[in-house]
Amino acid sequence: MKALLQIAESDNLATCLKALKKGETVQTDEVTICVTEDIPQFHKIALQAIPKGAPCRKYGEIIGIASADIPQGAHAHVHNIESTRGRGDKQEGGAQ
Amino acid sequence: MMQLYGYLRENGTYGIRNYVLVIPASVCASHCAVQIAEGIPMAVALPHQHGCCQLGDDFASTVRTLAGFGKNANVGAALVVGLGCEGIQAKDIADEISASGKETASLIIQEAGGTLPAIAEGKQIVSRMASKLATQQKVPFDASALILGLECGGSDPTSGIASNPAIGVASDLLVQAGGSSILSETTECIGAEHLLAKRFVDAAQAERFLDMVRRVEDHAIAAGQDLRQGQPTPGNIEGGLTTIEEKSLGCMHKAGTSPFLGALEYAEAVPFDAHGLYFMDSPGQDIDSITGMVASGAQIVVFSTGRGTPTGNPIAPVIKITGNSETYEKMKDNIDINAGRMITDGVSLQDMGQEVYDCILRTANGELTKAEALGHREFGIYRTGYTY
Repeated sequence: MKALLQIAESDNLATCLKALKKGETVQTDEVTICVTEDIPQFHKIALQAIPKGAPCRKYGEIIGIASADIPQGAHAHVHNIESTRGRGDKQEGGAQ
Repeated sequence: MMQLYGYLRENGTYGIRNYVLVIPASVCASHCAVQIAEGIPMAVALPHQHGCCQLGDDFASTVRTLAGFGKNANVGAALVVGLGCEGIQAKDIADEISASGKETASLIIQEAGGTLPAIAEGKQIVSRMASKLATQQKVPFDASALILGLECGGSDPTSGIASNPAIGVASDLLVQAGGSSILSETTECIGAEHLLAKRFVDAAQAERFLDMVRRVEDHAIAAGQDLRQGQPTPGNIEGGLTTIEEKSLGCMHKAGTSPFLGALEYAEAVPFDAHGLYFMDSPGQDIDSITGMVASGAQIVVFSTGRGTPTGNPIAPVIKITGNSETYEKMKDNIDINAGRMITDGVSLQDMGQEVYDCILRTANGELTKAEALGHREFGIYRTGYTY
């Protein structure tokens, strides 16, 4: 079983098909990545460094925007990616 | 190809189950409806909390849901029970159901003289209906008469990469056989709507679909709320889904690659004369979504889950499939198919899709789903307005 599933060529995130340990090395067809922190099974890893504010891609589509700089090999999840949709909290007078 | 056998209804549809349905017109009639169905074979009640003091579209969609359940081909006969004074009148629901040709009756608690006489009268009606239905023989029919509801809930990342794509293959096989499929869960189109809209054969229907998605998103925005409070859910996030966009892009795989023939309102009937893939407006909440699709005419539902869920439906078999082998092992009593083998054993998408399709046909022929065998009968009506 492969460790990573990159769905589209343009994706900068891949799904970890098994739990990864910090310091492990994993590969896609394109790159070899050093895992920078433990990542649970089926969570996502950054295939390349994603600067804060840049789009995060899976399925060849944008699934959100980096809310912090995401280093290559890092766990990419709700702590460093945010949705851009249905954000009434960002409207004037919205719940912050 | 497996020969299917089902119950031919008066309007030419085929049921794959043969229930007498006891429908309360309102919450006030729910207890009596449950008591009436209790202990009578083939009888099932639909207790709910609605049916009075509702307005406009919200009122209309509750009526469509209750009448739609009565009209569903898995129901052979129906009794509608009303208190008498509620907003939704039992007779109106019964009239709509009986227009489909099936045996229908209504009963008013205030006229019967209260709980006990209403239950006694209801039991007489329902047991007579059940006796009659029990003699009905199944007849051959083909898959073109099937309407399949597509659901996912308790999703994790395996849903988007294994179980939902497998469901998509099965849905395409059914559509190719001349049947119909329904994709729902409007919230879970947010972030994927541009891809789905391109697949509508009619531009006006594509626009109707996009309006439904906008309506949901605008509702969250107008409330000044972050949709993230509700979507993805805590379980989705723990499983590894990060945003609603990611969840939606996985959800949409359930609809395979077939073109969409139209966008339906919640519980709006799938057209008899134009079979194929449809979208139906609904929330992402599983029970309300499945309820809407069954009210639209789905006789069978296939439901993918990453985290594991037990739910069923009062009148339609619900087949469970997970893409997560660990979840399957943990919840084997609830889950019918393990598509996690696509990840762990390299089973191909085509083979898994065929396995799902074969399970749909076996279930249509009477094999019980795990949800049925465990007695799961969840029912929930999607509300879009206040109760006044």
